Amino acid sequence: MASSSWLLMRRSRALIHHKNFSFYSLFSSSSCSSSSPLLKKPHAQSAGYSNNYSSAHHHFRFLRRFESTKAEAAQLELQHYVTDDDDNNRAIDFPGGKVAFTSEMRFISEASQKRVPCYRVLDDNGMAMKYSNYVQISKEMAVKMYSDMVTLQTMDSIFYEVQRQGRISFYLTSIGEEAVNIGSAAALSSDDIILPQYREPGVLLWRGFTLQQFVDQLFGNKSDLGKGRQMPIHYGSNKHNYFTVSSPIATQLPQAVGAAYSLKMDGKSACAVTYFGDGSTSEGDFHAGLNFAAVMDAPVIFICRNNGWAISTPVEEQFRSDGVVVKGQAYGIWSIRVDGNDALAVYSAVHTAREIAIKEKRPVLIEALTYRVGHHSTSDDSTKYRPIDEIEYWKMERNPVNRFKRWVERNGWWNDSNESELRSSLRKQLMQAIQVAEKAQKPPLEDMFNDVYDRLPSNLEEQERVLREIVKKHPEDYPSDVPL
Amino acid sequence: MATLFQGVGAVTPFSASTSLHSNKLHLPPRKSLSLSESRGAIFVHRSDARLNLKPATPKQDLLIPNAIATKGDTSTPTKSGHELLLFEALREGLEEEMERDPRVCVMGEDVGHYGGSYKVTKGLAEKYGDLRVLDTPIAENSFTGMGIGAAMTGLRPIVEGMNMGFLLLAFNQISNNCGMLHYTSGGQFTIPIVIRGPGGVGRQLGAEHSQRLESYFQSIPGIQMVACSTPYNAKGLMKAAIRSENPVILFEHVLLYNLKERIPDEEYVLSLEEAEMVRPGEHVTILTYSRMRYHVMQAAKTLVNKGYDPEVIDIRSLKPFDLYTIGRSVKKTHRVLIVEECMRTGGIGASLTAAITENFHDYLDAPIVCLSSQDVPTPYAGTLEEWTVVQPAQIVTAVEQLCQ
Repeated sequence: MASSSWLLMRRSRALIHHKNFSFYSLFSSSSCSSSSPLLKKPHAQSAGYSNNYSSAHHHFRFLRRFESTKAEAAQLELQHYVTDDDDNNRAIDFPGGKVAFTSEMRFISEASQKRVPCYRVLDDNGMAMKYSNYVQISKEMAVKMYSDMVTLQTMDSIFYEVQRQGRISFYLTSIGEEAVNIGSAAALSSDDIILPQYREPGVLLWRGFTLQQFVDQLFGNKSDLGKGRQMPIHYGSNKHNYFTVSSPIATQLPQAVGAAYSLKMDGKSACAVTYFGDGSTSEGDFHAGLNFAAVMDAPVIFICRNNGWAISTPVEEQFRSDGVVVKGQAYGIWSIRVDGNDALAVYSAVHTAREIAIKEKRPVLIEALTYRVGHHSTSDDSTKYRPIDEIEYWKMERNPVNRFKRWVERNGWWNDSNESELRSSLRKQLMQAIQVAEKAQKPPLEDMFNDVYDRLPSNLEEQERVLREIVKKHPEDYPSDVPL
Repeated sequence: MATLFQGVGAVTPFSASTSLHSNKLHLPPRKSLSLSESRGAIFVHRSDARLNLKPATPKQDLLIPNAIATKGDTSTPTKSGHELLLFEALREGLEEEMERDPRVCVMGEDVGHYGGSYKVTKGLAEKYGDLRVLDTPIAENSFTGMGIGAAMTGLRPIVEGMNMGFLLLAFNQISNNCGMLHYTSGGQFTIPIVIRGPGGVGRQLGAEHSQRLESYFQSIPGIQMVACSTPYNAKGLMKAAIRSENPVILFEHVLLYNLKERIPDEEYVLSLEEAEMVRPGEHVTILTYSRMRYHVMQAAKTLVNKGYDPEVIDIRSLKPFDLYTIGRSVKKTHRVLIVEECMRTGGIGASLTAAITENFHDYLDAPIVCLSSQDVPTPYAGTLEEWTVVQPAQIVTAVEQLCQ
């Protein structure tokens, strides 16, 4: 992994305004493991993020930092100096800080003149663009990334067919979003806690969830970690630090703040990472989650997969802002817009975001622009609300897997025989896994009542007993492949 | 969860010893439950939060002796223990648990340096830092979600709703995630969260601040609900809730925060699934919880004078019901009166009626009578508000009718 060369002026909470315009940070954080020196001069270059530190942030009142587990109030008491050449007479004091005033009445327009540009590394042909800066990856990493993207693609197409054949009840694909899935997963460590929406199985795949485990969950058999209780695609594995998927959207955002809060209390060098779509940004939980993360200084990475569609609602009907990235600043959060179909860009952005989140204990918002090539789910037919050639275009010309493949091939790390070998092996493995899963036993009846509480309470015991009696009396009315 | 009378994990000898789980065992025989004036700034309350027993009660210590017909002076009068108010008892329980387990943390609005709207968390932020006693922005669904995420990652959070009614905004997180994720994850993730706050009808707080959320939450699978009514059980239930691996919702009552009682110095934890026998009797079983307990005890005084012998049980555990204690009582008295503050439709009383009828139908000599509030939003006007809450006189009448 590339060294973090992001020595920049950091946006500290409390500053001393110095005549020379250099900024000091005077806070000491007991849980912060950074070895950053106190004095930093503004740097122009960076590997990851550019600092748009404007002169508006000169004066800060003391803001409480939620860091101490012991009352270290004295340590955090910071002095706020205002030097002589401050324009005191042109600033007014209000709760929230000093603010300059103006006699000109000017409304801020609803959007800036230009849209926020999108960070990308590879062009459409998989060539690294000139002057691009990105985090380098090794051959092993690149090959694993590409293989996993292909695996995800293959899983999706095969499982979709399995649903169409009526062998599983439901499925939803991540086609078109492989780069967001794998690119982000690769940049994280296994200690980072993932709170997914439902279109991120690639992250779980990267972490080592086996094909068999995926299939077991889809079939809801007794090997399913979820014990057959959730619908397909709702994977979860505490071993892989991947929280179980919960259907209501955006509920995982405040939970991510909670998880990050827990990591912060434990002083762990890890962050919480949560994924959501463009539709989720309309939910109240999105706004509160981002606000909370900012106020609590929680190390969360918010990754928005802006794939253009929320079932049949296009983004133009979802919000009127310039996408999701501009909302970050509204909550006081560092944000970036990346080309979600560029695996290297996603990797670099997430890698750097993770460093920021952990070292500075602050949230970061990443808007990954991409496209949902598949239907929303197997219950949807997207050709009803969008043109087929639009879907085709994104599927073929803007395919993230092919794009990354060209880059990997150009580096001499992959060739056609690797490709055919991988794809045929995957098909075989998946078919095998499906066969095994289909034949496997379903979870037993007792798993209907277990885990509602930590131990079976008397009322559930009673209900289970009643159910067993009924099933025994009328076996022909109940499925025969469920062990009692 | 064990059924009832086996001492399970968190239950100390104090509570598991007998079924007469009366405060009396640890207190001087003439237990006096005195109401002192409120201390400290209480949000929205009138500063003299008293129980509304009689309209013109003087502003002094009110005595509600245990109207026990039979002499039950089994315990030696002890002067040990210390006196405190209910909100202090909650705080004591909370503090002991925070001391004991570094994973315990509190989050909610104004819980930190402000000390909580009802002062339950006063002083904790200074002691444990503002990370463990976390002030949150105003977004109930979000800080409940945050608590759930923290719980899944290993902490033991206590989420405080400033008023239970606000937790309606957190219904999504409580129902879809809190109650469900242990189950849907196949047992991989536990959610040992405690959600607490004051609810119930207060003193002219208006309809939105007088909600009885136990009726809305009771269907959610996966959660436990308990209601405290005395400083003794408040502290015990708080500790038990924190130690429980299940999500627990602890219902407090706005008007009970200033109850004073003498509680033991020794550490004790109560069982979350047990009901409390307040007053044993022979003629009729009166089931109640939270503030209605005091109305019932007031009515019990009158009833005793009229020659009745009511058995009063504070059910405490709203989900699941302690059908063992209740059943024993029903088998003894054969008549049941439920006194609650919930609305008539879909309240705790409705579920309890169904549960008792289903299980103990043969033992009943008369239909179960359930006294509850009317199906109206709580009016602001003092007199109207009084009429929506079940009063001792109604309880007396109901018992008389039931025992004909």
